[in-house]
Amino acid sequence: MPIRERLSGNEAIAVAMRQINPDVVAAFPITPSTEIPQYFSQFVANGEVETEFVAVESEHSAMSACVGAQAAGGRTMTATSANGLALMWEVLYIAAAMKLPVTMACVNRALSGPLNIHNDHSDSMGARDSGWIQLYSENNQEAYDNMLQATRIGEHKDVMLPVMVCQDGFITSHAVENIELLEDDKIKAFVGEYKPEHYLMNPKEKIAVGPLDLPAHCFEHKREQAQSMINAKKVILDIAVEFEKLTGRKYDLFESYKLQDAEVAIVIINSTAGTAKTVVDKLREEGVKAGLLKIRVFRPFPSNEIADALRHVKVLAVMDKAEGFSAVGGPLNADIRAALYGNADGIKTVNYIYGLGGRDVRSDDIETVYRDLLEIQKTGKVGADYRYIGVRE
Amino acid sequence: MRNKDAKTMTTSTPWKEITPGGAIYDAGNAEDFLTGDWRAMKPVWIIEKCTQCMLCPPTCPDNAIPVEDSKRLDYDYDHCKGCGVCFKVCPFDAIDFVKEDE
Repeated sequence: MPIRERLSGNEAIAVAMRQINPDVVAAFPITPSTEIPQYFSQFVANGEVETEFVAVESEHSAMSACVGAQAAGGRTMTATSANGLALMWEVLYIAAAMKLPVTMACVNRALSGPLNIHNDHSDSMGARDSGWIQLYSENNQEAYDNMLQATRIGEHKDVMLPVMVCQDGFITSHAVENIELLEDDKIKAFVGEYKPEHYLMNPKEKIAVGPLDLPAHCFEHKREQAQSMINAKKVILDIAVEFEKLTGRKYDLFESYKLQDAEVAIVIINSTAGTAKTVVDKLREEGVKAGLLKIRVFRPFPSNEIADALRHVKVLAVMDKAEGFSAVGGPLNADIRAALYGNADGIKTVNYIYGLGGRDVRSDDIETVYRDLLEIQKTGKVGADYRYIGVRE
Repeated sequence: MRNKDAKTMTTSTPWKEITPGGAIYDAGNAEDFLTGDWRAMKPVWIIEKCTQCMLCPPTCPDNAIPVEDSKRLDYDYDHCKGCGVCFKVCPFDAIDFVKEDE
């Protein structure tokens, strides 16, 4: 019988980590992810896990310790946010390039500056090209479920890549919600043991990892790494099927909400999807054909699948909770437009930057976006395709 | 087939056969990687002046001064990168340091 609980998003992640019982956790506190290593270190102190908890002196050290422990053959986890993730930057790429399936809980927070501790997606969006798989979570249940699937995805022999499980700082990380947990033994069976093919502490095979890689071989290694990311899509779907059998909760590369016959739609990531769904429901009651696409898997980017899901939409808004400073729109916008180009042409598309630095995003704001889309549909005029919602003009 | 040692990774190895992350499933293979052609300057051992004091071999970062029966031998030019540390430490001017093409 599943366990009914009420937990914050951070607690949900910490409970998932306790149930997975990794070999090593190396983490440094940073708001709003601090509670994850805090709760987890209590599990360590209480003897509820066998994990070696490494209290490092920085996030650069945290990720470096994860790389070392994972290369040694251990299942390794960490948690961070914003500037902590930024300090890990160098080592993020190394973890991915060394094909080490480290699991990270990333609690999204605005990356300084100006100094801000509240939610937007500028931290993980900046890490989108680091070679990590990125899963996003609307609420604490999804954060928990993604964390349970993350180790399986990363450790799959066709993948062997690190995985970042993202959720919105404070909005879900500190909000207590109802959640359905699985029993420890079921998680143990689902996640299984980490059995890497090659690892440093294998006495039967002497190996060297992370060597100097000159022009004669480096390109081939990057090509091999890229293939792992391509392979990850199928693995993510396969594991989602297995997870659904276990829990009844269905996961895909993205969630389509009332999208099938939608004429106006938005693409959105994380908690604001919940707000937007209520707006979709309200508009549907008015007879407006509104829909929503919520990204779960941002890396690998499910380009063709998204184009197929949006093909019939007349007017689309791509919602970015990160300002990419490209001067032409946010990072999600760039990928969605690339997905549609030559694949589902003719959809009138606008990009909104929203909620930066923890600015509240209310249902009214989302409704304004849909009203704008309806106006574009009515007049046929797109106007500015790079916009802001919620900023004081 | 990916489980290959360093020696079989050549400049014609395709990406599907290369070891993920560049891991080397083999130990003690630095010898297989010839670094002598990195050299711009070259140490030259002057046997007549050498007292076999053994100060130079442990300073070599590339293990390119072979030692046998407590005596140094001539340079392993396949691996000497020409850093000149041995030239600096020799108290007897028994090591010269010259341009590679001299």
